Amino acid sequence: MESCCSSAGRPVVELPQSTVRFAGDSGDGMQLVGSQFADLASLSGCAIRTIPDFPSEIRAPAGSLAGVSGYQLSFGGEEITTPGDSPFVLVAMNPAALKVNLSELQPGGVVVANADEFTKGNLTKARYEANPLEDGSLAGYRVLPVPMTRMTDEATRASGLPGSARARCKNFFALGMMAWLYDQPMQPLLEWLMRKFRKSPPVMAANAASLRAGYNYANTAELFRVQYAVAPAHLPKGRYRRVTGNEAVALGLIAAAARLGRPLVYASYPITPASDILHELSGHKEFDVRVIQCEDEIAACCAALGASFGGAMGATGTSGPGLALKTEALGLAVMTELPLVVVNVQRAGPSTGMPTKTEQADLNMALYGRHGEAPLVVLAAASPADGFAIAFEAVRLATRYMTPVLVLSDSFLANSAEAFSIPDVSALPDLRVAPPVPEPGAFAAYRRDPQTLARPWAAPGTAGFEHRIGGLEKQDGSGVVTYDSANHRRMVELRAQKVAGIAADIPPAAVEGAATGDLLVVGWGSSYGAIVGAVRQARDEGYRVSHLHLRHLHPLPRGVGEVLHSFRRVLVPENNLGQLNALLRSQFLIETVAFPKVEGRPFLIREIRNAIEETIRA
Amino acid sequence: MNALAEPLPDRPPPSNADCLRQLTRKDFQTDLEIRWCPGCGDYAILTQVQKVLASLGKPREQCVFVSGIGCSSRFPYYVNTYGFHGIHGRAPAIATGVKCANPELSVWVVTGDGDGLSIGTNHLIHCLRRNVDIKVLLFNNRIYGLTKGQYSPTSEFGKRTKSSPLRTIEQPIRPIQTALAAEATFVARTIYADPNHLLRTVEAAARHRGAAFVEILQTCRVFNDDAFDAVTDRATAAESRLLLEHGQPIRFGADGRKGLVVRQMEPVVVDVEADGIRAEDLLVHNARSDSAALASLLAELEPPKFPTALGVFRAIERPTYDHLLTEQIRQAVQRRGTGDLQALLNSGTTWQVD
Repeated sequence: MESCCSSAGRPVVELPQSTVRFAGDSGDGMQLVGSQFADLASLSGCAIRTIPDFPSEIRAPAGSLAGVSGYQLSFGGEEITTPGDSPFVLVAMNPAALKVNLSELQPGGVVVANADEFTKGNLTKARYEANPLEDGSLAGYRVLPVPMTRMTDEATRASGLPGSARARCKNFFALGMMAWLYDQPMQPLLEWLMRKFRKSPPVMAANAASLRAGYNYANTAELFRVQYAVAPAHLPKGRYRRVTGNEAVALGLIAAAARLGRPLVYASYPITPASDILHELSGHKEFDVRVIQCEDEIAACCAALGASFGGAMGATGTSGPGLALKTEALGLAVMTELPLVVVNVQRAGPSTGMPTKTEQADLNMALYGRHGEAPLVVLAAASPADGFAIAFEAVRLATRYMTPVLVLSDSFLANSAEAFSIPDVSALPDLRVAPPVPEPGAFAAYRRDPQTLARPWAAPGTAGFEHRIGGLEKQDGSGVVTYDSANHRRMVELRAQKVAGIAADIPPAAVEGAATGDLLVVGWGSSYGAIVGAVRQARDEGYRVSHLHLRHLHPLPRGVGEVLHSFRRVLVPENNLGQLNALLRSQFLIETVAFPKVEGRPFLIREIRNAIEETIRA
Repeated sequence: MNALAEPLPDRPPPSNADCLRQLTRKDFQTDLEIRWCPGCGDYAILTQVQKVLASLGKPREQCVFVSGIGCSSRFPYYVNTYGFHGIHGRAPAIATGVKCANPELSVWVVTGDGDGLSIGTNHLIHCLRRNVDIKVLLFNNRIYGLTKGQYSPTSEFGKRTKSSPLRTIEQPIRPIQTALAAEATFVARTIYADPNHLLRTVEAAARHRGAAFVEILQTCRVFNDDAFDAVTDRATAAESRLLLEHGQPIRFGADGRKGLVVRQMEPVVVDVEADGIRAEDLLVHNARSDSAALASLLAELEPPKFPTALGVFRAIERPTYDHLLTEQIRQAVQRRGTGDLQALLNSGTTWQVD
């Protein structure tokens, strides 16, 4: 749809949504301008979803294929639930960036290339024999070679910065061009630059000049025949900000601990892709967040558990291999019935696997990966912003039921960002836990609340409740060590009942879409956005398909069985070989179809849409 | 609104009035039947530790005993304070969490040579280097007792045990040197067979601010009864024990006839009178030195050539981990005010949808 005219007097094409990828060398500042473009789109009312693509090397050689860093965002109406299947515009700051990213560009998509970097040396590093901007190999795309380096140099001369520092501003030139292309105002970017570089005015001035130069160049050089106006979203009222999954989890833990009225002790060992939770929490000491960077993974889990015994909210975070190392301490947490939150930001395994790539293959480990009968609560965040709610829910369940809670996120959610509807803090539930009640005689550390089956949380420092707990089996009630066989059976059952009973305290299974139909797509975790997009498309095409997404994986919400049996077929897409699928089959004795993807990358909408079609037609 | 600023629900009043009276050893006993072997050195250690606890002026609810796995790790069940019987080797990590949750607590770790120096060495050395204000009592009987008699990491080279019928082929790890290498601020050794020395050493550890490491030499009646015969025998104690006193010349033997000098970086035992040694030539113990060199040299002394050094090898002052942690939080609050959750959530670029 074309309608005249933009603020620049150019024809405007309206789009329901669009996807842009910024790609360059890891030193080119692609993450920075990508995230600024995401904020710009958000300010104009669009829904956004972003995904970075970092090189796994810390400092790969400049211009090399291994050193390409990318940032993709999708923006538009509220149907934006993923960072986009394939970009419409690719900004390539050098030949390597073009080479790595071109295959994912939409047919007919736009390549904006920094022509200055397509030198003989850089082409060789990217293993191009000829310059792709000139040899006709990009005929299927609209290619716009732009001398960004040169023009940035000219535009920033007045700043007085040395040439090397000015050259670093070319990412803002690219951002300026994109701002023009999507008819976005520059004012928010200029204001952001003022805040960001208020301590170094020359850097601020140079970046602002580069930004303007890019915008003006796009306007006057008539590279683009049209401008694009992307439809805004109709998001619920409120204040929003952009968060990644890791940020959201960290904020959720801080918020929950505050509402619990206890300090948060976060003990962790650095591991990709969970370390950003550690970094984020380390910066908020004024919230009485006590961060311990431990010597190893099991130490982190033990320190968090010790902190909970000590009366604080103990939490730890890790990724798959680290969870394996924490496992023994999780058994201790189950036995001592103390609150504990363990965040597992999954990555492609087994072993070191592909540490920067995403996967959902730790579900079985989360559910079953302990010796003995050791049930605990397992939750999974469905989107980056959902990390906040899931972390809050984890603390609520851990403290209300005196149980360890395992939160599953993954590399995709951890680094992907979206708009987060900022909650009114006073409306967040009060999580405070009633203190233990004095009773005649010795304190019975395992006397359970009849409703929740939780034992009392009596922390050291509280007189009259001195007691000893540990990994040995306890007498029901008194908590005294015993090897009595009937008691062991009772305790094994009680621990299982306590966790199973949580199903009554969580929302029942809720289907998105019709309550019956030809197909139900069941998902968990980060596949949420892709499933939502795929189901919507398929419904628009006339398929009778609905979606059930599980945020609580143990215990499962009430009513999952009824929902499953209300559809002719059930499709279970997962970034593993079918772990939830096997669980559903065994628990509900139902035929289901697994749709696995284990390529270190999240699902695309079209992959699930095609699977929906195939499953219904099968 | 800030939940941190809200008052906590009222805590119940203390059911005892420990703070108002002098506690005795009895206050720290539990009514649980003690399940160590008859004659085990653990009994003597338990008694002395309970006495120390009674003398500290800390109410029972302010004390926490944390342990791992092994005979010694049953200790928390027999002390009427808060207790956490953890998993193998991990007690220092659990205790670190307890202390960070509530730095007011007196936190103790009870461990053994297997628990603390095999499966849990990593946690032990890091707890010590961080200088978390935790008292670590390591019962060293140089054998695995609870698993019935395998050699331990402190077993002497060539020891015959159930798992080493042809003798061990491993050098033992040295607990005191390990603690010194980990930059522990308090390092001591004592022996179960000398209750007074045991009491004084544990008390010194308890009063130290920072991580305190105490190796307690002890036999296993069933599997390693002669582990420390050379040191435990009272008849030869004067010759076999070198009692360290800070600031004093290092002397031992009947009437302190013997002393220690260093020649070519090697310790040498001298007969003060017969060898015509001047008092100022003798090594003087300095537990307050920043250097661990002297402490390490003393810790290496072993029978039969040397006596076994007992007492405080090192006691230096350094800020504790828990203090610095609390201080960083205090400063952050001072600088930015008590955390405002709504402001935190609203930080960065935000936008309004109407």
